[in-house]
Amino acid sequence: MANERLFEEMTKAVIAGLPDKARELANEALHAGIDPLAAIEQGFKPGMDVVGEGFARGELFIPDLMMSSKAMQEAIAVLEPEMMKRKQHLQTLGKVVIGTVQGDIHEIGKTLVATMLAANGFEVHDLGVDVSPQQFVNAVREVNADVVGLSALLTTTMLNQEAVILTLKEAGLRDQLKVIIGGVPANPEWAKEIGADAYAENATEAVEVVKGLVQA
Amino acid sequence: MRAHILQRLASGEVLIADGATGTMLQAAGLPTGTPGEAWILERPEEIMRLHRAYVEAGSQIILTTTFGGTRARLKAAGLDVQAGEINRRAAELARQVAGDPSTDSGQGEVYVAGDIGPTGDMMDPLGPLTYEAAVELFAEQAQALAAGGVDCIYIETMSGLNEAKAAVEGVRQGCDLPVFCTFSFDTHGRTSMGLSPAQAARTMVALEVPAIGANCGHAPEEVLDILPQMREAAPDAYLIAKPNAGVPRMVKRQVVYDATPERMAELARRYVEMGACIVGVCCGSSPADIAAIAAALRIG
Repeated sequence: MANERLFEEMTKAVIAGLPDKARELANEALHAGIDPLAAIEQGFKPGMDVVGEGFARGELFIPDLMMSSKAMQEAIAVLEPEMMKRKQHLQTLGKVVIGTVQGDIHEIGKTLVATMLAANGFEVHDLGVDVSPQQFVNAVREVNADVVGLSALLTTTMLNQEAVILTLKEAGLRDQLKVIIGGVPANPEWAKEIGADAYAENATEAVEVVKGLVQA
Repeated sequence: MRAHILQRLASGEVLIADGATGTMLQAAGLPTGTPGEAWILERPEEIMRLHRAYVEAGSQIILTTTFGGTRARLKAAGLDVQAGEINRRAAELARQVAGDPSTDSGQGEVYVAGDIGPTGDMMDPLGPLTYEAAVELFAEQAQALAAGGVDCIYIETMSGLNEAKAAVEGVRQGCDLPVFCTFSFDTHGRTSMGLSPAQAARTMVALEVPAIGANCGHAPEEVLDILPQMREAAPDAYLIAKPNAGVPRMVKRQVVYDATPERMAELARRYVEMGACIVGVCCGSSPADIAAIAAALRIG
């Protein structure tokens, strides 16, 4: 199979959300001696782009996004050893610490954003749910994060997004990073009011916004 | 002896359900991050006070405070070991407010619906929860709710088809009560998992669920588009509309849902025109919304 043909198959496997197929194609690329980085960037990654756009347009939904990113991750796992051998690295756009704020156990939206950021080249540290301000601060210090993502699904836990920002300020860390917030009740006005740098409505938008934040 | 809830619905009557629970309990002092289920055992008088407020406002169906009552979901608050007790007790508290069905005089009949919400876990292959494990969780909850004396089981805010199926199957394993099921169509007219109103309705019809509908979701106006789709896919089902009281916004650090009780009452009339026979309100509502709906529907 010519490279272009194989790359096209890879893109399709990611769009269709087929982890087994993606793994198989990644192995095929290895056997054919294809540059693993090219396989990711020209083969699998364009599939994530298509799925991300479809999600933003409301044509695709959470399961599509999750299965596609699973396919992408499976492919990367197969290709990674060969990349290490060739001393290649996936380009890292920045380090993101993300979590759902204290008192809130909603996981899905936050995980989706984390997954999409990782699929798009960010180093993501997902702290999980019900994360205290101090846990955010500790993680930011530990990994030297460029961006902090704060999710809150409840109108009652939104105030804890602000608590994290205040704690970051007290720790003297606020000026060295950007803060993005999300969650059903959040909006750009709320972001502004609590001193966050940005808001994103969904996982696809979050990728674009975070890219903008690290470039700024 | 009061009429069975399905007989009431079969007679063509419209029944008014209740409004929000979580936000109302928080207004009464439930700390942020503590689930309402915690108050079932700790502050039962507050739970009953809220049920009573809805009944006084006109609710004919009150939902138990067990939306997060599966063992999986209670685990986050360390309440999973008490799951059975919490669900049974929640049903008893609501039952106490609604009255004893066997001695009921027929005056102001109020039904108790055993509320079941999602487990909070993603199901296989997207997440760790297997279908069988989900069925077991729902069966356990339904059994405890039935032991506490509910009239029916009300599954709500479903977004995934597999979880909804598992919930229905679990309820049937756990008890013999009628089961209702509503979905949250909050993402471009579908559920967050991509389920359309027609797909949801068709599946529930196939499972012989008598009452189906939309709850929570995004704007309550969207239910006006959803109900006809469900009706077309499920011509004989009883339709339920229990949307949020608008879309939440932060205004001066206070959460405001932008639909007034008057607006919700106007929408309720339109839901009924479209065939809804159970109408209530979800997030952001209070007994004032139910009172306005009750007044509007009684005037006809």
